[in-house]
Amino acid sequence: MIYFDKVSKVYAGTTALHDITLTIEPKEFVSLVGHSGAGKTTLLKMILVEERPTRGSVFFESLALNKLSKKDINKVRRRIGTVFQDFRLLPNMTAYENIAFAMEASGRADEEIHTDVPHVLELVDLTEKADNFPHQLSGGEKQRVAIARAIVNQPDIIIADEPTGNLDPISTYEIVQILKKINDLGTTVILTTHNKGVVESVGGRVITMDNGKIARDDKHGKYAL
Amino acid sequence: MKIFKFAPLIRKSFMIWTKVKRIARSGFVNFWRNGFVSLSAVLVMIVTLFTIGSVVFLGAILSSTLQSLKDKVDINVYFVTSAPEEDILAIQEKIEALPEVKSVEYVSREQALENFKERHKDEQLTLQALEELDENPLGANLNIKANDPSHYESIAGFLESDNVLSGAGARIVDNVNFSRNRLAIDRLSKIIDSADKVGFGVSILLIVLSIIITFNTIRLTLYISRDEISVMQLVGASYRYIRGPFVISGVMYGFVAGIITLILFYPLTYWFREVSENFLAGFNLFEYYIANFGQMFLLIAGAGIVVGGISSYLAVRRYLKL
Repeated sequence: MIYFDKVSKVYAGTTALHDITLTIEPKEFVSLVGHSGAGKTTLLKMILVEERPTRGSVFFESLALNKLSKKDINKVRRRIGTVFQDFRLLPNMTAYENIAFAMEASGRADEEIHTDVPHVLELVDLTEKADNFPHQLSGGEKQRVAIARAIVNQPDIIIADEPTGNLDPISTYEIVQILKKINDLGTTVILTTHNKGVVESVGGRVITMDNGKIARDDKHGKYAL
Repeated sequence: MKIFKFAPLIRKSFMIWTKVKRIARSGFVNFWRNGFVSLSAVLVMIVTLFTIGSVVFLGAILSSTLQSLKDKVDINVYFVTSAPEEDILAIQEKIEALPEVKSVEYVSREQALENFKERHKDEQLTLQALEELDENPLGANLNIKANDPSHYESIAGFLESDNVLSGAGARIVDNVNFSRNRLAIDRLSKIIDSADKVGFGVSILLIVLSIIITFNTIRLTLYISRDEISVMQLVGASYRYIRGPFVISGVMYGFVAGIITLILFYPLTYWFREVSENFLAGFNLFEYYIANFGQMFLLIAGAGIVVGGISSYLAVRRYLKL
């Protein structure tokens, strides 16, 4: 589903990614671990076309992301749900509107929005907070809104960059359970984390990165740093 | 069924309508929820639009004042008391034929006497002295107005050429007062000229400056939203879909600022009329504003909408990376 072919990324002299070749299959739950600066986030940015490789190619199914025109980037992003450590919600929109925005941006009809948004809000157990603004929500609640937003367009893949980095253990547990549930329903999930407990409770494939290279790639790996 | 052929087209135009509706709605919501940011943008835009409006008013005041000054400049040809009226009228006709001349007014001897009495009605002594005379001591005169102050020179030249003013041999002209006014007339033409140029230059400068300030303010308001813009991009919103609401908000800043400016001008021009009545030669700014309200509305609100919209459009572009 995602395929990196000898991808390197150089930022002003420093090499963030070094000759990465990697395949991610559909319905996989991949945990990406490694020290800060190991290249995890750069790797994810390649999939989101936030960054383009200096050398090599990135494919999303048969689509060459490194050759994608600016205009078509948003079409790829609609097929990818994103969750970040800092939540990245739109501050002037309520929880409901944040989720609805992702659907509106993809050009979905109003009727769909009216049925789907309450549905995903229920899925992340936030029905009561639908009309709250982000600043009125706790960290865990914000992250659940972000996940709801990520899944509402039924993406092919969910990218979660340190989603539990700012959360307490209970919220962390909840978020991991939700991500596992999404994966069970057939969506590919790529998760980066520093949290050993998270990796172990997920229990899927673990890719360990170090210095812009893939140090280990274990089918049923453990957190090993 | 033919309708099926059009179904995709109908669906597409329906989609466009939905998008327009959503963009407009979130533009309004942005404006409202970012209350403080909107307020500051509106305030800055009021300054801009106020400057533009003031330039228009200043232009109107200047041109009306200059007009009334110009109207005061003239050339008088005084005739001797024995000049026959038909000769004077013949000369009037000749002068009126000149392209530079706007009007020639004939003041008869009787009229001149009336004017004199009117002007000196509080001076008993002068009037008494006048009574003493058997005959009207005043001659008739022609009052000449040119289309433009710079034309007086050539009109005077024309009058000075002998054959014009020397009716049927005998000299009937007493005096032409142009030479006496000449210095004042020349100076006035120059002042009028440079006031026009300087005024225009300063106006353009002020307008450009205030537009730049507005542009920067709107860029700052969008700088606050730059994270928001990148989130929208990550969620898969197209450029147009992101830009639309910001442009709508910009247009709203301009429109609201325009309305407030137009309202502010109402008491201000009224007040200005009170203070300026004495030295503005009867020019009424308030009436001018009311009479030209339609044009002022289009200018101020239009300028607000255009400046606000374009500023937002350009500013969002800056923060739409990738």
